[in-house]
Amino acid sequence: MKVEGKQAIWKEYQKDIAGDKYFYVRSCVRQNFFPGSETTFLRIMREELGKDIYEHPCHTTCTGIGYHGDVVPLDTMMTVVARQFALMTEAGYQNLVPSCITSFGIYTEVLDTWHHFPEVEAKVREYLRKATGREFKIPQNLAHASDLIYKFRKEIAQNAKFKLVDKETGKPLKVVDHIGCHYSKMFPEKGVGGAEYPYVLAGMIEDWGGEVIDYPERRHCCGFGFRQYLVQANRGYSVACSHKKFESMEPYKPDMILTNCPGCPMFLDKWQYAIAEMEGKTYGKDGYGIPVLTYEELAGMVLGYDPWDLGLQVHQVSCEPLLDRIGIKYDPLKKYNDKNGVSLGVPEKPSVMKVS
Amino acid sequence: MKDFGFTINKDRQIDMDTADMRVAEYVKTHEPSFNICIACGTCTATCSAGIFTDMNLRKLFTLVKRGEIANTRTEIAKCMLCGKCSLACPRGVNTRNVIVKINQALIKFSL
Repeated sequence: MKVEGKQAIWKEYQKDIAGDKYFYVRSCVRQNFFPGSETTFLRIMREELGKDIYEHPCHTTCTGIGYHGDVVPLDTMMTVVARQFALMTEAGYQNLVPSCITSFGIYTEVLDTWHHFPEVEAKVREYLRKATGREFKIPQNLAHASDLIYKFRKEIAQNAKFKLVDKETGKPLKVVDHIGCHYSKMFPEKGVGGAEYPYVLAGMIEDWGGEVIDYPERRHCCGFGFRQYLVQANRGYSVACSHKKFESMEPYKPDMILTNCPGCPMFLDKWQYAIAEMEGKTYGKDGYGIPVLTYEELAGMVLGYDPWDLGLQVHQVSCEPLLDRIGIKYDPLKKYNDKNGVSLGVPEKPSVMKVS
Repeated sequence: MKDFGFTINKDRQIDMDTADMRVAEYVKTHEPSFNICIACGTCTATCSAGIFTDMNLRKLFTLVKRGEIANTRTEIAKCMLCGKCSLACPRGVNTRNVIVKINQALIKFSL
């Protein structure tokens, strides 16, 4: 095997990721599902890496959920996206960083549409002008937030307080990654590793000491699929997708699932509870589930941030067994306290899945 | 167990390594024209039994080719062996004989 040849081919699977000065746009659903992730991302970018990352208080949803759920028309979606670009232009930034994979897919789709159909871009500019009086420039660089963590994964590894290693055995933890369908399945050249070898999460796992586990349904959808879940009658299909993944990964005994998208951790986490209640089956060790983390939570964890600051207490599947294996200290009594130390109340325990 | 108002949908993935292909293989051997069926559905459109029952020859052939033979006996019982499907088939598949061979296979393999 010629390594040079392999390296030359691999270069074609890389993407250009800006080095600094980012305009950050949040996910609409993520702040409810996993509220610590975006805060942790900004903290890492600003405090650990010293980057200039700005978020505008007036930015909105990209409308992706409504668009893919068939309730927001294409023109409306493009005009809302144009408004985000206008906010970025007015703030003096050129590198757009969405927190959400669906948003990333939406922005990529809109930019690609405008590239091929300039008359559509002109029409949307007119819509935005009439609606808000705003003008915008096309972003010079579009990178998902996970692309930035991937780009700076070695710097994070240098500052890391913990590695993804079992403190008792010294062996790397087994991690399965889930990149999210809209990251590189729609526009393969826009994701690190393309659609064939998505490496954005695998690169983090390897550099932070873990072992990436391949399994047959690795690239299967998590089950969100918008209408699969948004319409209650379709939810059996949604949970069937997650179920298929869990059944496929179970023989490899993964220690955790690392996710890229707002929907994926939500469904891979919460459906474990639903499957346990419906079928009496759990997929983790000793009746627990398999912990599901976002890449920001994992980055914060290896950097030694307090697990409750990362928001690990809002996960359905308990993360404490994972923290114990790595050797991360936490105070169980503070798990359900707010920032001021006031108790938020303890959630009801599931009847089948064990929780800490 | 909790009722969420929905259940986990049954997986529709067909594993060809474990599928029961005995009926399909028998029919392909004894009525080779079965191999050239393009599943256009002309047989189903012209089927006399299909007017009175939910007989669907196209679906039946597809399921047999996939090794999904759980309901095959019930399905072929609806056929009157009139042979109109054979006359209509644009590929010249002897569909009437395919039904006969499927029946023979079900008896042979005690299915």
